[in-house]
Amino acid sequence: MAAILAGLFYAAATVLVAGLAWRIRQYAGTPAPLKIPTTPAPTTSAGVALRLAREVVLFESLFKASLWTWLFGWTFHAGLALVLARHLRYFTDPVWGWVAFIQPFGVYAGFAMVAGLAGLWARRFLVDRVRYISTPSDHLMLALLIAIAGSGLAMKYLAHTDIVAVKSFFLGLLVFQVRELPADPALAVHLGLVATLMIVFPYSKLLHAPGLFFSPGRNQVDNPREHRHLAEWAARLETK
Amino acid sequence: MADVIAPALREFPVPPALRPDAMAESKPFVATEKMQAAIGFPGTLVEDWHDKAIAKMGELLDKYRSLSVYLDACVHCGACSDKCHYFLGTGDPKNMPVARQDLMRGVYRRHFTLPGKMFPKLVGARELTKDLLEDWYKYYNQCSECRRCSVFCPYGIDTAEVTMAAREILDTVGYGAKYTNEIIAKVHRIGNNLGLPGPALEDTLLGLEEDVKEETGADVKFPLDQKGAEVLLITPSADFFAEPHVDSLIGYAKVFHAAGISWTLSTHASEAGNFGLFIGNYEQMRTIALRIREAALDLGVKRIVVGECGHAWRVAYSFWNTLAGIGSGGNDPFARMLQSQLDHRYRQPTHICELTWDLVQKGALVLDKDANDHRVVTFHDSCNVARASRMGDEPGGQFEIPRALVRSVVNRYVEMRPGTTHEATFCCGGGGGLLTDEILDLRVKGALPRMESLREVADLQGVNFMATICAICKAQFTKVLPYYGFNRSMVGGVHQLVSTAIRLGAKQ
Repeated sequence: MAAILAGLFYAAATVLVAGLAWRIRQYAGTPAPLKIPTTPAPTTSAGVALRLAREVVLFESLFKASLWTWLFGWTFHAGLALVLARHLRYFTDPVWGWVAFIQPFGVYAGFAMVAGLAGLWARRFLVDRVRYISTPSDHLMLALLIAIAGSGLAMKYLAHTDIVAVKSFFLGLLVFQVRELPADPALAVHLGLVATLMIVFPYSKLLHAPGLFFSPGRNQVDNPREHRHLAEWAARLETK
Repeated sequence: MADVIAPALREFPVPPALRPDAMAESKPFVATEKMQAAIGFPGTLVEDWHDKAIAKMGELLDKYRSLSVYLDACVHCGACSDKCHYFLGTGDPKNMPVARQDLMRGVYRRHFTLPGKMFPKLVGARELTKDLLEDWYKYYNQCSECRRCSVFCPYGIDTAEVTMAAREILDTVGYGAKYTNEIIAKVHRIGNNLGLPGPALEDTLLGLEEDVKEETGADVKFPLDQKGAEVLLITPSADFFAEPHVDSLIGYAKVFHAAGISWTLSTHASEAGNFGLFIGNYEQMRTIALRIREAALDLGVKRIVVGECGHAWRVAYSFWNTLAGIGSGGNDPFARMLQSQLDHRYRQPTHICELTWDLVQKGALVLDKDANDHRVVTFHDSCNVARASRMGDEPGGQFEIPRALVRSVVNRYVEMRPGTTHEATFCCGGGGGLLTDEILDLRVKGALPRMESLREVADLQGVNFMATICAICKAQFTKVLPYYGFNRSMVGGVHQLVSTAIRLGAKQ
């Protein structure tokens, strides 16, 4: 099983990194010929950075749009961020001080993640507008994330895994060595689903993560009167 | 045409129950072969419309980062689903911004993404069938491109961008809408949206001079094609004769007169509106904008000022510099030509509210607020001004300056309910190229949220005048207000209020 999961993780990491790099290059390389920030928009680059930071950290626009969706969405994402940070302990030796510090919070964050996801999923059944727009993949994505969180929490509270061996396995992967992994069903499910998530990332709606940074409605500086903003293909019209 | 039915006003607005296909019958007249040909599109639906549409979509995805990112980034969270005034007024789920986008997103997934090619059902990917194309025509013509959804989307996804792309694709395959395309052709041919030829315009302006002379005794001029004037005024052609628009034009003229600023209109560019925006076509938008550059160079003006028109101000403020080098900072031959002529001590272009407000602050105008005492005024933020442009130097100036100006000319001013003004303002329901009578039912229903907040301030605070700075808002409201039991004359321009309050000849 160790060899299979090792292969899967190498493949997943390759797809995730290469796929995202390709996608980001595509977004960055596509011109934004017109200034279309949603106003009131910042008039400086620093202001734009601040606006994006508020969106990333606080989900500002979602807060204005729907308090319930904001509450569930933010809880899930904040939980996920903490859980991911907590997992750094399996990839670092010695473990960084701040990673050690957040370990206990990371566990509660796992529950917060599940609660947020459950709330988001409930909306897809209970709110007729959200039910109307939901596709099978929207449900599957939530199922995938809940299964990842659930299997992770199961290893913490129900069937303990040999965490030392798991860490040794991942430290091994970092230096291209396949080491032993406990033959543990919860662990196999957890790791298999995480790899799946990494593989679908660059092809799915998870692209909202890089997408936000490239959204002209949010990332453009509101200064069209002061600076001429001319895309390459549009500039060619001038010479015709 | 379907019967026009105004929905009942609700005391506590809540999202309506879904009424699938409630608006499936609503669509504007299709452009005729002649109209399509006049602006370079195929006359009727072409044989290979499917392949041509997909090819055009691919081209637009490569040209517009907005479209490319927006089609990918949506997570179907539903934050936008109750934000569109057409959904709130009709209950038709395809008028939820996310569902409207999905009409195109499904095709995008099918043709441009791996999961959509491999597992179409799973990700909601679909083929562009004749039925779906029909839905595109209907529902992308039930979007006023007001961008309210973009305010609330966690990723800033702007349905207007998707609507514009869809309309451009529809035009490319020969399935354009009559109202927008006919108007674009008129601008190219005659110079303005209403098809007013030069002599008619001259005649109208002379008539206005006489009217104002009779009313005030002052010799207020309405100059046309006057070389060497300081200001070139670009205003919607509705200002020349439609009610209540013309009252604002009189207001601008009085302001110029009182401040001693020489100004002129241009027959070549006698229109601020730019319907190229509504069909998402960059080349059309650019050609229409270039008339302004030509007129400015020809007349040798120092400043370009835009009258009360919402989408025109968006195009002027956000795009003129890009499209025609009207602004600052450009360093190419075309931009330099105009920039060396314009006076950069002023914002270029300037909104008429910026100009008037600057004068008010300098004390250059004599204003008698009491003259507006028969009015209790509220202000309707027009969508293209509120969410897509700015005035003054600070973010949000587009909200503050018109209000400050209104307050400087009226004693009694009232705000409508928060959440229905500023960047969250509700569209009048007639923007984006939908101001045409065959879809009046949609327009009336789309006005519902605005009518609800107007009803509230009318009942509780006696509001009897809603000021706005958009020609389409004015035309739409005068049409739909009666359906909700209001008098059509309660809508008017900010400069209509200025016109009432301003005292001419009192100051030297």
